[in-house]
Amino acid sequence: MESIPLTIQVISILGALLFMLTIFRLIIRGKLREEYSIIWIVCTFILILFSVWRRGLEQVSALLGVFYPPSLIFLGALSAMLVFLVHLSVVISRLQNQIKDMTHELAYLRQDIELLKAQQRRNERDPSLPTEPIA
Amino acid sequence: MSRPASPRILIVIPCYNEEASIRSVVAEVMLARQQTGLAIDALVVNDCSTDGTLACLQTLPECQYLNLPVNLGIGGAMQAGYRYAVRHNYDIAVQLDGDGQHPAEELPKLLAPVLANEADVVIGSRFLEKAGFQSTAVRRLGIGYFRRLNRWLIGQTVFDSTSGFRAFNRRTLAIVDKYYPDEYPEPEAIVQFGLHQLRIREVPVQMRERQGGVSSINTGRAFYYMLKVTLGILFVYIRLRGRRNRLLTAG
Repeated sequence: MESIPLTIQVISILGALLFMLTIFRLIIRGKLREEYSIIWIVCTFILILFSVWRRGLEQVSALLGVFYPPSLIFLGALSAMLVFLVHLSVVISRLQNQIKDMTHELAYLRQDIELLKAQQRRNERDPSLPTEPIA
Repeated sequence: MSRPASPRILIVIPCYNEEASIRSVVAEVMLARQQTGLAIDALVVNDCSTDGTLACLQTLPECQYLNLPVNLGIGGAMQAGYRYAVRHNYDIAVQLDGDGQHPAEELPKLLAPVLANEADVVIGSRFLEKAGFQSTAVRRLGIGYFRRLNRWLIGQTVFDSTSGFRAFNRRTLAIVDKYYPDEYPEPEAIVQFGLHQLRIREVPVQMRERQGGVSSINTGRAFYYMLKVTLGILFVYIRLRGRRNRLLTAG
């Protein structure tokens, strides 16, 4: 295992570029917010770096004392995914709380509107009635 | 309002698909208002029912209702009611389930300790006097487990920790306005109240079997229920105990 074969190098560079293109397209179309895209852009740069730098993986592995270089890929990829998934769970929990609060507000507003409508109907029937303030 | 000095009480009735029972539940509350002479208002929280519950509520002029646009579950629905009570300046809020399990004629017993300012939280318990509907054996086993867990954590014994038949005063309402557990809130809320140093009181009440609809907890969900509630209790304990210790060291 001297260095990566040329075919797989070309494929990995193309794959990484395609991935980056997809991320950019999603951001431009407004389907992905920038704050969640940073991690993906960083990931893509790492992928491209190791596709271009042919002996990079082996050298980094040797530096860290990893005997089998591909296991470094798995370690890195799994750790990154784990951290990102926890981050997403935090985001979802926050969204759920915000949705709950907005649901409450919406329910109160609905009730206020119903009261106003009922008041309006009463006034139309008998315009002499005074209007009551809503609590 | 005939007597402005008397405390204003809001009966919060959470319901999800309870068209069979909601009308009689509201009628019972109105009857209790007449009999006790207390300033009782009823507020039904319709948790996005898919049956005719909403249509049924619109025909009841004597009760206010909140119509949640998305289904929040019992905790979120009850918090909507409690926040409503805080905003509209009620002195006391009571949870009374829309399925007819909690009889409104027991309201005076539930309200008495709060009205006398002897307790901040009053819980209607099925088990203090073994009368009325006692739930199934498996559920009582689970309730016993929560009783021991609560006693271990906050040193207070609540026999019917899953009972939703509860009365809160202003002090308690201010706390649940900020945070109330989402899913299956009852046992977790007891730990929350205990750590906020609220005075919890249990009073014996008789409950009935649900009058209509289906329970939100079936056998398949029971395991998830136990796990979720245990986690909720432990984490709310750790969070609030940490906060209390920080306050003690700061003050």
